Amino acid sequence: MNILEVKGLSVKVENKLILKDVAFSLKSRESHILFGPNGSGKTTLISTLMGLPSYEVVSGKIIFMGTDITDKSVEERARLGMVVSFQNPPEITGVKLGDLLKLCLGKNPADDFSKEEQALIDAFRLTEFLNRDINVGFSGGERKRSEILQLIFLKPKLLLLDEPDSGVDIESLKLIATELQRYLEASGSSALIITHKGDILDYIKAKYGCILLEGQFHCFTNPTRIYEDIKKLGYEECVACRVRTTEGWK
Amino acid sequence: MSKENDLMKVPHKILEETYKAGMEAEEKNRSGTFYHVNQSTIYSKVNELFEGKIKLMDTKAALQKYTWLGDYMWKLVDKDKDEFTRKVAEDWSGGYFMRIMPGVEITFPLQSCLLITQNNLEQRVHNIIIAEEGSKAHIITSCVQHSSVPKASHLGVSEIYVRKGASLNFTMIHQWSENTLVRPRSAAEVDDKAAFVSNYVCMRPVKDVQMYPVAFCKGVNSTASFNSILYGNKKSSMDIGSKAVLTGKGSRAEMVSRAIAREGSKMIIRGLIEGSSPDCKGHLECRGLLVDEGDAILQSIPELIARRKGVEITHEAAVGKISEKEIAYLMTRKLSRDEAVSLIIRGFMDVSILGLPDSLNAEIKRVVEASTEAS
Repeated sequence: MNILEVKGLSVKVENKLILKDVAFSLKSRESHILFGPNGSGKTTLISTLMGLPSYEVVSGKIIFMGTDITDKSVEERARLGMVVSFQNPPEITGVKLGDLLKLCLGKNPADDFSKEEQALIDAFRLTEFLNRDINVGFSGGERKRSEILQLIFLKPKLLLLDEPDSGVDIESLKLIATELQRYLEASGSSALIITHKGDILDYIKAKYGCILLEGQFHCFTNPTRIYEDIKKLGYEECVACRVRTTEGWK
Repeated sequence: MSKENDLMKVPHKILEETYKAGMEAEEKNRSGTFYHVNQSTIYSKVNELFEGKIKLMDTKAALQKYTWLGDYMWKLVDKDKDEFTRKVAEDWSGGYFMRIMPGVEITFPLQSCLLITQNNLEQRVHNIIIAEEGSKAHIITSCVQHSSVPKASHLGVSEIYVRKGASLNFTMIHQWSENTLVRPRSAAEVDDKAAFVSNYVCMRPVKDVQMYPVAFCKGVNSTASFNSILYGNKKSSMDIGSKAVLTGKGSRAEMVSRAIAREGSKMIIRGLIEGSSPDCKGHLECRGLLVDEGDAILQSIPELIARRKGVEITHEAAVGKISEKEIAYLMTRKLSRDEAVSLIIRGFMDVSILGLPDSLNAEIKRVVEASTEAS
């Protein structure tokens, strides 16, 4: 079963074609790792999947859990169970992290967190930030912890994670990745994770990986193998060897 | 004013109206309460817990009682500043006199209300506040026009003295109507190590309000903060400024304004920090949002003046629409577009910039949220 299917997707950003006729699918209950050099279109891909503004779908279809969401709003996609973590989340003055976390849980700002919820907030070391304006003055690691916790509280079916491991110290990475894996296993959800590093593979059980290069997918295989090859050969060499299929996870 | 004063004698309709502007009918949470309606002071009482610690009475009564008070009149505000100050100097109906005694820390806020219930009235008041050495207090003053009154004007002169080491947080809430002309004229003098915070909240339509309060930070390490939360709608015209003159060594000023302009409102947000002492510092922040399609105008006019080497004054200003990125971000958290916009607006008008104690915070929050939700 596939949770997401992307067919013939081409995407423009500021009138420049970034993704060219991309096709792939994501399996239910599996995590997928997406590698690729800077500027290859990874963030464009997950932003387009989520329907964020300024990502223009020129052609193609996005099918999420059997529903064509290509023309659906961000909110509709979120309500269907798709979430995204931002690499550079906006700072919103006066909107408190605590209130946003409650909204993620489907609560009112006047409601209290449950014991379990508060325990998770404590584990993410965000208790002191509950009354702070969202992302204002947060360090890189604090932003990442806040993003991932919001995602878990949203109880999604598909998590789109944009470099959850960048700018994060070793302990925070362990925490974030362990909690993500715990959620994915418990809920049977899927994930598409963009990364440049292999460390996250120590915690996230992912069978599938691939490389996005110049707007096209390549080398669908085990992510640990891909990571080792990229380290040895670089992205272009790795893609050029063409040993692996370019047909997608089928 | 007599001690037999009883707030229950103030007509219920008035209490109801002023509650919307942040006045608390329960006096037990206030250190003192003052009501000036139209042209007379009808109520003035100090909570018995604070007897002897603060003085609160009509300014005219205070001038009779304390001969020295004359020296505090028209000292900071120039009588001949403009036609409005001249009018108040000519003929006025009173106002509040507040004095926080030396070393006294007032845990409950002092509240005062200047109310207009009479059509076509021109209310002219003169207020004096003295925060004596080492004292600490919060004052909330609500200026309200009763909703049944179509047209009026309010001219208010306020002179505020913050003595050595004192800390005074002064919050003014305006609640006028679409035909009201408002001209407050305020100035404060801040002595050594004293801190003055002046907050201004205006969330209701008004015909025309213009003010430019000034703080003279003449004391060593004195500080002044001006914060304003402004919500312009209908055809409101607001020209709101604040000025800080830093002459004291190490004096500081900070100004934060948040303005939302809707419908046909015209809003000018000014700020001026003038540094005349080597170690003084200032920062001015103005942010404005245009929320809907319409003729609303937002103009930010920051001015920084440095007169000595070592003066450090900065400003940041941003006016424009709500960021699409912020809206989309909140929509990824399952909020609809409308919910996201209203959350951003409520956050933008965050009362925590006013630095109020919890007791007042809740009240001001109530005033702010009532206005943003009604629209």
